[in-house]
Amino acid sequence: MDPLAERAAALNFLRYILRRLAQAALLLGIVIVLQFLLLHLAPGDVADVIAGESQASDPAFVQQLRSELGLDRPLPLQLLLHLQRVLTLDWGQAHSMDAPVWQLIAERLPGTALLMVSALLLAIVLGVAMGMVAALHARSGLDGLISVLALLCYATPGFLVGIGLILVFTVQLQWLPMSGMSSIYGDASWWQRSVDTARHLLMPMLSLSLFYVATYTRLMRAAMLEVLPMDHVRTARAKGLGRWRIVWHHAARNALLPIVTMAGLQVSSLLGGSVIVETIFGWPGIGRLAFEAVFKRDVPLVMGILLLSSVLVLLVSLLVDLIYTRLDPRIRLR
Amino acid sequence: MMSTLPHRLAKSITFMVGAGLLLAMLAMALLGPWLYPQGPWTVVGVPMIWPGTDAAWPLGTDALGRDILAGLLHGARVSLLIGAAATTVALCVGIAVGTLTGYFGGWVDDLLMRLTDAVQTVPPFLLVIVVVLIVNPSVVSIVGAIALISWPTVARLVRAEFMRLRETDFVSVCRLMGMKPARIIFLQMLPNAIPPIVVSSSIMVASAILIESGLAFLGLGDPNVISWGTMVGLGRSDLRAGWYLVVIPGLAIMLSVLALNLLGDGLNDALNTRLSP
Repeated sequence: MDPLAERAAALNFLRYILRRLAQAALLLGIVIVLQFLLLHLAPGDVADVIAGESQASDPAFVQQLRSELGLDRPLPLQLLLHLQRVLTLDWGQAHSMDAPVWQLIAERLPGTALLMVSALLLAIVLGVAMGMVAALHARSGLDGLISVLALLCYATPGFLVGIGLILVFTVQLQWLPMSGMSSIYGDASWWQRSVDTARHLLMPMLSLSLFYVATYTRLMRAAMLEVLPMDHVRTARAKGLGRWRIVWHHAARNALLPIVTMAGLQVSSLLGGSVIVETIFGWPGIGRLAFEAVFKRDVPLVMGILLLSSVLVLLVSLLVDLIYTRLDPRIRLR
Repeated sequence: MMSTLPHRLAKSITFMVGAGLLLAMLAMALLGPWLYPQGPWTVVGVPMIWPGTDAAWPLGTDALGRDILAGLLHGARVSLLIGAAATTVALCVGIAVGTLTGYFGGWVDDLLMRLTDAVQTVPPFLLVIVVVLIVNPSVVSIVGAIALISWPTVARLVRAEFMRLRETDFVSVCRLMGMKPARIIFLQMLPNAIPPIVVSSSIMVASAILIESGLAFLGLGDPNVISWGTMVGLGRSDLRAGWYLVVIPGLAIMLSVLALNLLGDGLNDALNTRLSP
């Protein structure tokens, strides 16, 4: 490519990213306003909750607390102040746990990230493999078996998988620990710690990922069946290329595009699913934190978690679009 | 010769299996109050009777001596009702938003689609939990919360269908004939958008049942009624003493979700819509 065209392409790419960022920022603004309104529809406010926690029902105290927290101001003003706090990254204090919202979220984020990423990877690897095998043997007994298996994975609620795993691997066989993220305290080598965490991770990861294994299997099978009869695959076959080379380089590469899209879309659903899985397995992550926060009516903490997960979802969707343009050079940036 | 829709459905094994399973679930829901008029909460016998050991309680009893079969039948009512109601509400909202955005486009489309995007940005199950706890758990708040996260899917589906239909000749003809937009939307375009709506709504009922069971499992169900999820949640603490407490209602959830998905698959093939899996 000549330098001029190269610069034009780079400029184009930059413009695209800036436009997408602006869109995401606008969307985030709408989300913040909606979340604020949603949590202010709740009967009773933070002052009531805090007063209830410290068992101080004195109306004068509650009133004082309310003016301290700015809850006696008109709603539009409160919204503006909230927006200002969000933008300056001052997410407030989680009164139920007596710690800054940021700190609590930062403590729990690695756990959830580990759980979600490993579950998603497992689901993609298993799903892509099963979907490819099913498509290559379409309408055979093997295809039927995989379809039934996928349907069962799809229909089984995550908590049932989790409880089933606990029954088999903890109660009966006593192979795997039932809850938490680690059981090593004090000195241990890096390797011992990793093995320990992996042993704790195994069951939560499986419970979270089975549902997604089903979606990827069905998606990959459909995508492969669409790609396999295409001309470029037939050409590759006519050239006498090896079977796996054809499947991998010429068919699967195209079939992977919808998988990437789906993975991006499922981040938000995974975050939701992690609430249940983390609760069952006592996994120290954002999902369980969210559940505890909602249960204790800790509005600042709930708001922080909702906001963080929305930002995460928006970032991932941006990332998916970028990956997409790399995977498929035909996609032009608009 | 074109075969008719009922004919095609009758030949589809997936549809028939799904419909059969679903009918069985409905029968359970209808028979519940008739077979067990005393309700699911009544203590009827000795605690922790294993299934199949006593003919009086074929599925056994729980830790408080309540009949599991009675719970299962009454639970079917709640689970299926919440699934159907949430889907109905989501369909109404989603079709309204989808038709408006798809037919009119312009600023209506911009405004409503930004709203749809915003709702879809928040993790659905998290949003459901927050809403249910804010308004206090009840059948109505659970239905509302599930509908709140489900309507965007319908809206996008209907919008896409309407944007396609808007460019077709028959709609142009309707417009040239001077038909009012409401008439074109409801009598001409909407009937054409029904197949994909039908297929996706059977899957929506399934996911609504799954979401409700997840809520009930976390202890966020309506405390006045029993659903399959409630039974799983209650049985969890007695897991080591009797796993059947969790597995029996869990299987009921699984089978109904399976039935609705088979139904959706069968309808998808028979109606020949091109919905992705």
